[in-house]
Amino acid sequence: MNFSEGRLRVFDPRHECIDRGQLERLQLERLQQVVHRVQKNVPCYQNKFREAGVDAREIRNLSDLSRLPFTTKDDLRQNYPYDMFAVPMKEVVRIHSSSGTTGKPTVVGYTRSDLHTWTDLVARFMTAAGVHDEDIVHIAFGYGLFTGAFGLHYGAERIGASVIPMSGGNTEKQLMILQDYKSTALVCTPSYALTLADRMEQAGMNPRDLSLEVGLFGAEPWSEQMRVEIEERLGIVATDNYGLSEVMGPGVAGECLYKCGMHIAEDHFIAETIDPDTGDVLPPGSKGELVITTLTKEGIPLIRYRTRDITRIHQEICECGRTLARMEKTMGRSDDMLIIKGVNVFPTQIEEVLFKVEGCQPHYQLIVDREDNRDSLEVQVEVQECIFFDEMRQQREFVQSVEGELATMLGVSAKVKLVEPNSIPRHEGKAQRVIDRRNKDL
Amino acid sequence: MIWNDEFETLPREAIESLQAKRLRQVVERVNATVPFYRESFEKAGISPFQINTLDDLKRLPFTLKQDMRDNYPYGLFSVPLEQIVRIHASSGTTGKPTVVGYTRRDIEMWAELMARCFGAAGVHQGDIIQNAYGYGLFTGGLGAHYGAERLGASVIPMSGGQTKKQLMLLQDFGSTVLTCTPSYCLFLAEAAREEGIDIVNLPLRVGIHGAEPWSEQMRGEIEEKLGIKAIDIYGLSEILGPGVGIECIEAQHGLHLWEDHFIPEIINPDTGEVLPHGEKGELVITTITKEGIPLIRYRTRDITRIIPEPCICGRTHVRLERMSGRSDDMMIIRGVNVFPSQIESVLFKIEGVEPHYQLVVNREDNLDTLEVQVEVNEVTFSDEIKELQSLSRRIQKDIKEILGVSCQVKLVEPKTIARSEGKAKRVIDLRDQA
Amino acid sequence: MKVQQISIFIENKAGRLAEVTRVLGESGVNIRALSLADTSDFGILRLIVDKIDAAQEILKSGGFTVNKTDVVAVEVPDRPLGLYSILETLDRGRINVEYMYAFAEHDGANAVIIFRFDDPDAAVDLLRKTGIHMLDGEAVYNM
Repeated sequence: MNFSEGRLRVFDPRHECIDRGQLERLQLERLQQVVHRVQKNVPCYQNKFREAGVDAREIRNLSDLSRLPFTTKDDLRQNYPYDMFAVPMKEVVRIHSSSGTTGKPTVVGYTRSDLHTWTDLVARFMTAAGVHDEDIVHIAFGYGLFTGAFGLHYGAERIGASVIPMSGGNTEKQLMILQDYKSTALVCTPSYALTLADRMEQAGMNPRDLSLEVGLFGAEPWSEQMRVEIEERLGIVATDNYGLSEVMGPGVAGECLYKCGMHIAEDHFIAETIDPDTGDVLPPGSKGELVITTLTKEGIPLIRYRTRDITRIHQEICECGRTLARMEKTMGRSDDMLIIKGVNVFPTQIEEVLFKVEGCQPHYQLIVDREDNRDSLEVQVEVQECIFFDEMRQQREFVQSVEGELATMLGVSAKVKLVEPNSIPRHEGKAQRVIDRRNKDL
Repeated sequence: MIWNDEFETLPREAIESLQAKRLRQVVERVNATVPFYRESFEKAGISPFQINTLDDLKRLPFTLKQDMRDNYPYGLFSVPLEQIVRIHASSGTTGKPTVVGYTRRDIEMWAELMARCFGAAGVHQGDIIQNAYGYGLFTGGLGAHYGAERLGASVIPMSGGQTKKQLMLLQDFGSTVLTCTPSYCLFLAEAAREEGIDIVNLPLRVGIHGAEPWSEQMRGEIEEKLGIKAIDIYGLSEILGPGVGIECIEAQHGLHLWEDHFIPEIINPDTGEVLPHGEKGELVITTITKEGIPLIRYRTRDITRIIPEPCICGRTHVRLERMSGRSDDMMIIRGVNVFPSQIESVLFKIEGVEPHYQLVVNREDNLDTLEVQVEVNEVTFSDEIKELQSLSRRIQKDIKEILGVSCQVKLVEPKTIARSEGKAKRVIDLRDQA
Repeated sequence: MKVQQISIFIENKAGRLAEVTRVLGESGVNIRALSLADTSDFGILRLIVDKIDAAQEILKSGGFTVNKTDVVAVEVPDRPLGLYSILETLDRGRINVEYMYAFAEHDGANAVIIFRFDDPDAAVDLLRKTGIHMLDGEAVYNM
């Protein structure tokens, strides 16, 4: 491999290249602490442990972890907004949230020390991906309640790079800034990287002429084939990273420049893979649902959180020298969640919106597609009397108000298309809710 | 609460001697590191060694927004790019934004000044701050964010827009402080009323509003409709971003400008001459601690005056009266700077659109609105509604992409937009006509 | 004085209009007047037919979404300014027209305009007072 010295650094060698025996001792010590902490401070865990008949004192080695019950997104929903917090509100300095399965989002809180850890872990994977203090880092994730932008922003700041907090959208301006400000590192979703390349080529420019050298892409699943395309067209090294806001945000895992799986920050998280149907823990290397336990989080520690992401974990030591285990690119979900433009969307949210607007429950179907590397969401709604008006103005107002509500609730824009009754195919009376036409190679 | 007791209540003489010392340092620094300043000092026939007292400040030439554009993007930076940890930008007339760079110490200073501002507004560590300023290249969101974090409050980085979600958070998350533009604040109140939410009785206590001009009357309305204290805050990205000055909750009269970091002057915008204390004119600011992009006598184009009397809150820093307008043609719509020429350049790019247009700025339900009226010609007219719809959508989308503000596009018949001899009246601003 | 009109939601794709007319025709329903409002995705077809209830029934069972609306049919003299005099009256009475469409009577002497008003009752009142001739439902259905 041919990288300049400056791009081959390890941010925290003491932890990233730790000996496995030592790592496991550290994990056990931290696991015992966190389990005690949640048992003491979080009623939801008190109940869960009681129901499962386990007590924090019974966690004597790492294999005892499997005796603890799982935590799910539903637990977060039932404890909305702050009841899963393990510290008093005055110690919480940041609040983020992500899509819930219904209209209410999932809420996470960070203490000052959580922010510190988060920043360090992002700096860790950004360094592994080749970012250093002389880089100009262009962040095109949307800033806001979503954790993506802030995670990378603070991490890049910790490294000492120049951060351009571009935020999402506004492609023309993004291109102007990439050119004029001579950004060297790009942070966005992989599909948006290709959109940028498309737009430049359409305008007769060569994306390889930008100053970009590295790209850090996440927030949606992408294939090896897509990586090749991005690297080829933009002339950069493209790496993947992983995180979810319930657990922390980006920084849970990230690729090094050898691009052979994402190193998991195992000193702060324990990752298991389970059979999503039985809940049984699978041996390393087998494909299953990723389950994460946070070891150091104070604001909202999670025990055995079911991510619903399907992957494999490998423990063999990487060529880069890091000893931390690597997870493969995620290969799908064990629930019906969709990721559209990097935003998590549940079909149940759409049902709620339709009901809210005119008080009826029409049949609908979601068509997710990718045109010119851009995700699109179309919601087809069967017209029935309660949502049909003879005036064009009213009919269009209806469409606009559904689109408006969807944008508010989902955080991603959707096109609403009215279709005639019975035009959505039914299976045993139920309409097929989702047609996803993207990435058939994933 | 006074966040930084030592500096916020510094005696007058101490402020001035600190200012004089820092002024000498910054003038020497820009002279040594920024070619633009070296040339401009030379042209004005002044050497940095001649700047000794505060009174010498007026001998230095002004810095204009145009100078920032001419030195786009990094020409005015006074440190190498490696030392810059953050880049922000604000919109400009030509489509090229004005670029500002911050060193690590600038970011620290900004957070410190914003924390002072929160303190002055009566915000403390236990508060839950819903930050509804837009995050991104615009300084509003991140400026308030870092200050709130420095203060130790809980920050909800909501960013702008998504009104229904804002309301949901105000209720469910129990936010006690709201930061947003004043017009958006009233818009939220209106939306709450429509949704049947009793916003007055929510935990919300303080609103910190800026990024656009507003009136005392509007303050009264905000305070009544939301049941909060509404505080005016001042800042501009060229100088720092939000946090240059703020009203204290004790007096709610005049914005304390942090004089240990900035020197304000009021000038006659036409002659450039410095006006005596208390007279109304254009605000000019010199940054005396900024490292990334220090600005000497930057013309803000904001019209105000200095309130000479000391404040009851105990802060010794000078107060500026509410900004009462702009000395150029820039419009501020929902906190975004918009120049008519930007809209013109968007329209010119679309085939079949006549160069006759008019911008109608209004305030509906307390939210700024922009309507772009465009004349249709034979090329653009189509008897199919959808063709016309797609034309207006295209204009709408392009304006949104380039300017970052949404607008209504109204296609009008040829020759319906009034033409006057010479310069067409491009902007009709119907706001604040009361 | 009001006339009933049916409106039908149709997607903007080939064959849908033909399908509506086939379904109606095969059941012996006659179309008196029609107008089509279109967008890129869908259209609203508005029809005046001889057998309203039957038509609604037939279309519904044919899988269409159908609504009934009250409109007003006004006879317009076939001469310059004929339509203007009516619109001017409405304008002075501050009555808004949501949409309108026209067809000719059999003998060709007059045109008939179908109006949808924001306030149909007020419109009928005003037109009657001004002496403008309106056609009732039966007259239109049996034209």
